[in-house]
Amino acid sequence: MSGKQPFDVDLECLDLSKHFGDVRAVDSVSLSIPQGSFFSILGPSGCGKTTLMRMIAGFEDPTSGDIQIKGRSVLGTPPNKRNVKMVFQHLALFPMMNVYDNIAYGLRCAGFSNREIGAKVADVLERVALPDVAKRDVHQLSGGQKQRIAIARCMVLDPDVLLLDEPLGALDLKLREAMKIELKLLQSQFNTTFVYITHDQSEALVMSDQIAVMNQGRFEQIGSPQHLYQQPATAFVAGFVGDANRWEATVTNCEESQLGTMTGAGHSITGHTQNPSVAGVGDKVSIYVRPEFIRVNRSGESTGSSTADTAEFHNELAGQVDSVLFNGANSRLLIRTDEHQALIEADANLTGGLDDFKEGENVTLSWSSLQTRCFPVPAS
Amino acid sequence: MSFKGSTRQDAKRLTLLLLFAPFTLWILLLVVLPHIGMVVLSLREKVAPRIYEFGFGNYIDFIQEPIYWNTLLRTGGMSLLVTVLALLIGFPVAYYIAKLAGNRSKGALFILCLIPLWVSDLIRAFGWILLLRESGIVSTTLQKVGLADGPVELLYNDATVIVGLVYTVILFMIVPLVSTLDGMDNEMIEAGYNLGGNSFTVMRRIVIPYAMPGIVAGCIVVFMLTAGSYLTPILLGGKNSSWFTEQIYDQFIRRYNWESGAAFGFLLLAFTSLVIWIGLKLSGQTLSSTVAKS
Repeated sequence: MSGKQPFDVDLECLDLSKHFGDVRAVDSVSLSIPQGSFFSILGPSGCGKTTLMRMIAGFEDPTSGDIQIKGRSVLGTPPNKRNVKMVFQHLALFPMMNVYDNIAYGLRCAGFSNREIGAKVADVLERVALPDVAKRDVHQLSGGQKQRIAIARCMVLDPDVLLLDEPLGALDLKLREAMKIELKLLQSQFNTTFVYITHDQSEALVMSDQIAVMNQGRFEQIGSPQHLYQQPATAFVAGFVGDANRWEATVTNCEESQLGTMTGAGHSITGHTQNPSVAGVGDKVSIYVRPEFIRVNRSGESTGSSTADTAEFHNELAGQVDSVLFNGANSRLLIRTDEHQALIEADANLTGGLDDFKEGENVTLSWSSLQTRCFPVPAS
Repeated sequence: MSFKGSTRQDAKRLTLLLLFAPFTLWILLLVVLPHIGMVVLSLREKVAPRIYEFGFGNYIDFIQEPIYWNTLLRTGGMSLLVTVLALLIGFPVAYYIAKLAGNRSKGALFILCLIPLWVSDLIRAFGWILLLRESGIVSTTLQKVGLADGPVELLYNDATVIVGLVYTVILFMIVPLVSTLDGMDNEMIEAGYNLGGNSFTVMRRIVIPYAMPGIVAGCIVVFMLTAGSYLTPILLGGKNSSWFTEQIYDQFIRRYNWESGAAFGFLLLAFTSLVIWIGLKLSGQTLSSTVAKS
């Protein structure tokens, strides 16, 4: 990660753990977030991401480890004295106050004069593009407006770090898509460090500079969205970030990073591993291939226009189109290769022409071994 | 337009009518009618045995006799005190049950609060008498420990009446408070701290305003119950409790002066309604946003 100087880093967690009895909700997590970046913590529900966020905000005390904000430990600092503000899952706007009082609440606690408060509230409402709602009651706002007021209420206090706990969860799909872009814009406009918690990988991929994928209290991988998507470090990341087809297979031969494997159904698949030392002949591996890397051709047609092109595609499987999932530009084909085997997903370009794939057609699937990620299955 | 449609609507109307019938009968026969009767009765003046005339004599008597209106004011004042005490004691209890207690102990604590309702007011008042009378448990214990030389009479004073009343009515304060506080998302309190508030600010600016409907509802119920209570003040306060309901009882039963008793009853209703109206105005609440809500 960039920025090792102490003041370039807004938030740092060092070997942070939180145990509830025997449960390790957060298990020695370390992270360091550079100033002004959008950092997401992505994980399934129950992975400990909310506990981690509550520790940063000060609502939980860590069992061990340290939290530093702007290079200073905040472990002994109560939540109301930390310059970390939080947008709650259900936003937690105060229903008995109007918008102005909601935003002014924090400023009043900080002891600003009424004149200063008026100017600051007007300014922050301007910045979230809602200049005329100050006198409205909270229940008169739309979902997206509430969202922006919840962010404005925090940003008016000029925090070092803004925590967001799945704030888009309650919105409908269309609004959620719009808010993703808006949040990213707000973040770059305020130039404040955002730490965003979500279980929705598309939110994390679209908005973040850096993503930490969390599972069972631990960070599986930290990296840029592209990095996580293209070079997942673990089987969990490969399966959780983006879609992927998955096979269980046994290694039959290995040359450096290239592995030859045999699946349970008797197909041989050539794949790559990032860590050649961990897999030997006879080991079990999980194989992940993303749908967009699988090329679908009708059986009998050549796989490519030239021989150079075909050389790239080390893997080939024959199958039958089981169903066509039309979803505009994200349309998919489900392809059955064998009875009792999971269907394979592949991207398809459905234009509505006669050329489109139809159910029941025999097809050949081909993909590169470079796009085939193998991860050792932990011996259990 | 169809015949079928109109019959369905008729059926709907009939259902509504039948559903409302018991309620309407109850309101009309047991609330409105007796009150009209009371007002009519209170406006009759006795001019000679068995001869009555229309007039405000009963009300004029009330104003001219300081004992009467002093008793009413005293009842009102003590009821307000009981309401405030019930709120001060009940709020922390309700807050603990709704916000601090774990999910499992929450239900148990709430039940514990409800258990005293199993026992009637009368028995509960006798319980206090057993504890507080001259030969009661508290008095004997004090003597045994050596804190008192002779028997101590703890009954028949205002403090005892207030303690007894608070004990009887506090439940009706706790229940609406727990239900409003329960509806408050914990995130709201955490947001209050997160934005820089200390415990006092969070309580004053967030929890109490949020709980206001429950507070007002509880206060109204408690005040009405206290001002209209009869058993507890009489049993614990004895002869000098001077509770207004006692005056009404006196007029009706002892003096057999129904006209004056009816006037007193109507005055109590008017007085308590006035106090509640003033209270609502002062707290900026309305009946529909408080009692009707919870």
